[in-house]
Amino acid sequence: MEQTKIESGFNSDAKQNPRRIVFITRNTSAKIKDERGPKLMTYPNLLVREAIVFEVLVVAMVLVSLFWDAPLEQLANPLLTPNPAKAPWYFLGLQELLHFFPPFVAGILIPTLVLIALVVIPYFKVNVEDKPLLDENAGRRVGIVLGVVVGLLILLAVFDAWTIIVPTAAVAVLLLLAYQSKANRGWLRVLRTKPLSWWVMTWFIATAICLTIVGTFFRGPGWSWVWPWGTHAV
Amino acid sequence: MAMPLNAVLENLRDTRVWKSIFRRGPANSNRTRSIAVFGNLFLHWLPVKVREKSLRVRAAYYLGSLALLLFIILVVTGVLLMFYYHPAAPNAYRDMKDLRFVVSNGVFLRNMHRIGAHLMVLLVFWHMFHVFYRGGYKPPHEFNWVVGVVLLMVTLFLSYTGYLLPWDQLAFWAVTVGTNIISAMPMIGSKVRFVALGGNIVGENALLRFYVLHVVILPLLAFLFIGVHFWRVQKDGGLTVRSREEDGTNKD
Repeated sequence: MEQTKIESGFNSDAKQNPRRIVFITRNTSAKIKDERGPKLMTYPNLLVREAIVFEVLVVAMVLVSLFWDAPLEQLANPLLTPNPAKAPWYFLGLQELLHFFPPFVAGILIPTLVLIALVVIPYFKVNVEDKPLLDENAGRRVGIVLGVVVGLLILLAVFDAWTIIVPTAAVAVLLLLAYQSKANRGWLRVLRTKPLSWWVMTWFIATAICLTIVGTFFRGPGWSWVWPWGTHAV
Repeated sequence: MAMPLNAVLENLRDTRVWKSIFRRGPANSNRTRSIAVFGNLFLHWLPVKVREKSLRVRAAYYLGSLALLLFIILVVTGVLLMFYYHPAAPNAYRDMKDLRFVVSNGVFLRNMHRIGAHLMVLLVFWHMFHVFYRGGYKPPHEFNWVVGVVLLMVTLFLSYTGYLLPWDQLAFWAVTVGTNIISAMPMIGSKVRFVALGGNIVGENALLRFYVLHVVILPLLAFLFIGVHFWRVQKDGGLTVRSREEDGTNKD
């Protein structure tokens, strides 16, 4: 009875009935050893650094603004469709997806799933613990991941979505290399310490960058493949 | 005449006016340095002390601070641009021409705003990925990660609504392509698109709606969530800093 009263927080009897929380005996230190290093005063240490960073940014932006002009095309004309009509660069990955998948999948389903996935990252224990993927049961885990990857690649191949296939396969190869490697140092050893969340995020970023670059520089009329240095009719 | 600058400052600090504003002596003790931070409305969301490690450039590359500064630069240049802008077709396009050929430094003003916008999208993405790889989303920072995702969305919408405002071919077709995607939503797609555009095509109503979103609603949302975001950094115990042990195994 007493217990529940205290834990509920309301009408707590804690003041009348103090509970012992911790023993501090003669030979133990109450101070926890802090490995995160010393602290400095925000004023001036942080503020001076922020001011320097801000100044560098402003100077850089002013310099670029002096030598590069914001684009301005002809007056908007609903009757004259440019080919290709492109969204801003940060949506060109999505537009590249639209080229492969039905509008609902590329424009609604995938962005919504990505958004949900981003939001829930910190609420899954596996992402918080961050244990290396290639630690215990490495063989079985690599098998599962590769199974998923092969299934995904087959699905992507059905849709001809090769600008996703390339980065997906590349990250999978990286995982295999790390698994096979017996190196005790170097980047392959570092890869072996990476958790599942690292592999998923790295795959996501690689794919997003690949799609955005292809959409920005390598897509021409009818969303066909063009070389950025080539000439094509506008 | 030959009064050293320090002496001038010392004298200034002794005046009644200075004391009435800052209510503290010179910041030469840790006590007054603390007051300098938590006694100042514009700094009080910062912790009074920071870890030496979190000050290192590689800790966060100051990406969050840079994104905040970009937001401030964009508000300032954006308000200045508003003096020259009519959210109507085709006046909006004529205003762009005026900025180029009539307004003093109009080109420079628009360039700053444009570059700032692209850079902010880039930095916010980079910031998010960097925080992820540093493990900055882990408890007790979970909720601030979610606030960060909201800020990413607000940033993208801010940039996208601003994209339409010049009312040139680039703006018109980029927004047409983007808003066509909304139609793919099952059941309510075309209705949502109608609300977003104020019609069935990207026209004058869409321009006005995007303008109001761009200069009022989204900046206020950004302001609100940026406040929460920075405040929570302090409340959750500062930037995520790795212990020496973790640093050894995790060199990125």
